[in-house]
Amino acid sequence: MMFPTRLIAIMRKELLQLRRDRISLGLIVGVPVMQLLLFGYAINMDVRNLKAGVADQAGTHLSRQFVADLGQTQVLNFVYAVTTPQELEALLRAGKISVGVHIPPDFDRRALDGNRTAAALLVDGADPTIVGVANQLVNVPIRFDTGPQPVKRARSFEVRSFFNPERRTVVNIVPGLIGVILTLTMMMFTAVAIVREREHGNLELLINTPVSTGQLMIGKVLPYVLIGMVQLALVVTVGRYLFNVPVQGSIVHLYIGAAVFIAANLSLGLFVSTVAKTQFQAMQVTFFVLLPSILLSGFIFPFDGMPRLAQYLGEVLPITHFIRISRGIMLRDASIFELRNEIFMLLGFTVVAMTAAVMRFSRRLD
Amino acid sequence: MNTPGDFAIRARGLTKQFGELVAVNHLDLDVPTGQIYGFLGPNGSGKTTAIRLLCGLLKPSSGSAEVLGLDVPGATNELKPRIGYMTQKFSLYADLTVRENLEFIADIYALPRREKKTRIEELISEYDFHSQHKQLAGTLSGGQKQRLALACAVLHKPELLLLDEPTSAVDPRNRRDFWAQLFELADSGTTILVSTHYMDEAERCHRLAILDHGVKVADGAPVDLQSSTGMWVIEVLARSPRDASEALGALEQVVSVTQLGVRLRVLIPQDHKHPEQLVRECLEHKSIEASIERVPASLEDVFVATTLKPGKQQ
Ligand SMILES: Nc1ncnc2c1ncn2[C@@H]1O[C@H](COP(=O)(O)OP(=O)(O)OP(=O)(O)O)[C@@H](O)[C@H]1O
Ligand SMILES: [Mg+2]
Repeated sequence: MMFPTRLIAIMRKELLQLRRDRISLGLIVGVPVMQLLLFGYAINMDVRNLKAGVADQAGTHLSRQFVADLGQTQVLNFVYAVTTPQELEALLRAGKISVGVHIPPDFDRRALDGNRTAAALLVDGADPTIVGVANQLVNVPIRFDTGPQPVKRARSFEVRSFFNPERRTVVNIVPGLIGVILTLTMMMFTAVAIVREREHGNLELLINTPVSTGQLMIGKVLPYVLIGMVQLALVVTVGRYLFNVPVQGSIVHLYIGAAVFIAANLSLGLFVSTVAKTQFQAMQVTFFVLLPSILLSGFIFPFDGMPRLAQYLGEVLPITHFIRISRGIMLRDASIFELRNEIFMLLGFTVVAMTAAVMRFSRRLD
Repeated sequence: MNTPGDFAIRARGLTKQFGELVAVNHLDLDVPTGQIYGFLGPNGSGKTTAIRLLCGLLKPSSGSAEVLGLDVPGATNELKPRIGYMTQKFSLYADLTVRENLEFIADIYALPRREKKTRIEELISEYDFHSQHKQLAGTLSGGQKQRLALACAVLHKPELLLLDEPTSAVDPRNRRDFWAQLFELADSGTTILVSTHYMDEAERCHRLAILDHGVKVADGAPVDLQSSTGMWVIEVLARSPRDASEALGALEQVVSVTQLGVRLRVLIPQDHKHPEQLVRECLEHKSIEASIERVPASLEDVFVATTLKPGKQQ
C-alpha cells in the first residue's frame, strides 16, 4: 500500500526537524516542568508573617489565649486590632491585611459546643497561597486550661474565603494544568506547521508531489500526539513525587482521555495554520485561544459559577471537556465510560477541525 | 505513451491575471517530447507564472493546457507523479541533511525500498555529494543547493522536468556540467522545460520561447531566431565608445546600442537599406574614429530586439 510510506515520510521529517530545533525541544520539557513548579510551589509555600487583624468581641481569657496561640505559629503577624468584623472586611478590601480573625462575643460558649465553630477566619481569597494557609490554621486548637472541658472538640474555625469562592490546592490545580500545558504546546507546534512550510517555500514543492492533503495533515499531527503523551507523563510524575498529587482513577483512562484531547488541539492548530498567512499570525491566534482556555474552562473559576454566555464559550473549548475528564479520573476515581460524553465532544472537535483544515488547505498557490 | 513527434506540452491562449496585471498573456506553446525547451525573458516576464500554470499550481484565468496528454489544471493529481518541478526559490528542507532530503523525496514518491537505496546512491555520486551527504541542506552554497534541487526533481525519473532558473547561482564551469546532465536526461527521453536569463543557456536549448511582459514575442530554434530578427547588427569598434554610443543612440533609425567592452552592437531594422553607411556618416559627423562591421545576430541581439522597451520601438 502506498499510503503508509508517504505518511511515515512526513512524520519522520517532522521528527527530524524537531530534533534539530533546540528551542522547541526545550519547550516540550520546559513548559510543563516550569508551569508545574510555579503553580505547585506558589500553593505549597511555607508562608510566614502574613499581616493579620483581629476583632476580639469576646474579650475573655480564653479568647486572648487563643489569639496569642495564633500569633505563636508565626504564620500570622497581628498588626490591627479592631472591634467589628466589618472593619476587618474593610482592611481586607484595602489590602492592609491578608487574614482577619473574628472572635464573636459568645466565643466561650461556642467553643464548648461541638457542633458550632468558635471563630471566623476572614481570608483574602484572591491569593491562593493564603487560602492554603487558612487551611493550616483551622487545626490550631483552643486550649481549655481553665473552666469546663468541651463535650466534643469543636473545630476552632469556620473558613470563609472572600473573592474566591472555591478553595484550591495543588491537587486541584494539576489536572487543569495538564490541560493548559497541552493546549499551549500542542497548538503552538501545529499552528505554525503549515505556515512555516509556506514561508520557507517548501510548500510549493510539496503540493507538487503525489502526497495527499490528508497524508500531509495526519503526518504532521501524529508525532505530536506522542510528544503530548510524554508531557502528560512528565506532569503526572512530577506532580506525584513533588506535590503528592495522586491519580485516583486509572492511568490508562487518563492517557486515553489525553490522547483524544491532544488530537483535538492539534487539529485546531492545524486549522489555524491553514488560515494564517504568517507564522506570527499563527502565534497570535494561538494566544487568542489560550486566554479563554485558561479563564473559561473551569481551570481558574468554577465553571458552574460563570455567567451563561461564558459557559457557552467555555463549552466550545476542548480544554473545558478535558478538565472534566482529568479531574474526574485523577481526583474522583471516575472511569472513562462515565465521562464518555466529554470524550465524544473532544472527538467531535477533532473531526470538525481536521475536516475544516483539510478543506481549507489549498493545493494551489492562488 | 508518447511517440517522438508528440508534444509533451500544448498550451492555447493560456492567460493568468493577477488583478490588473496580466502575468501570462495568451500563451501558445508546443513543446516536443524529449527536447529541451527554453523560456527566456527578463524579470517579471511571466516565466515562473507560466511554469506554475503548466504544473497546475495556478488556475489559468483563461485558455487551456495539455501536459503529458492530461488536462491542466483538471487532471493535476494524475500529472504529479509524472513530472519533476524545481522551484526558483530553494524549496527543500534547510534543516535536513542532503541525504535526508533525498530520502524524504524518495518516500514521498513512494519508491520501493531497494530502488530507493540504489537510486539515492546513484544520485549522490552523479551529483557529486559524496563528501557532503551529511551536511545540512541549508548550509550548502547557492550552486550546491540548486544541484541538490535538481537531483531531487529527477529522483523519481519523471517524464517531464520543469526547471525554473535552475542555474541562477551556478558558476559557468559547473553550469556546463549541469547542462551535460540535462542533455543526458533529454537523450533518455525526458522532456525539459527550463527558464533562464542566460544567453549561453538559451543557445543550448533545442527550442526557445522569448517572453516579455507575459507575451511570447518569439519562438523557434536558436539559429532560426538569430537569422530572423529583422535587424541588422553593426559592430562598432571606437576609440571612445561612450561618445559613439551617445551619438548613435540619438539616431532615429537605431533601435538599440549595447556596449560590450570596447565594442558597440548597434541594432537597425532591416527595412533600412544601408545601415553601415548610416553609422559611418553619423560617427564622421561627430568626428569619432571607428571601425564598422556588419555581423550576424547573436541570441542576445534577438533578445534585445524582441524585448525592447516600448517607445524606442520603431
Ligand atoms: N501571486 C501573485 N500575485 C500578484 N502578482 C504576481 C503574483 N505572482 C507573480 N506576479 C506578477 O506577475 C509578473 C510575472 O511574474 P513571474 O514571477 O512569472 O516573473 P518571472 O519571469 O519568473 O521573473 P523572474 O525572472 O524575476 O523570476 C510579475 O510582474 C509579478 O509581479
Ligand atoms: Mg521567476
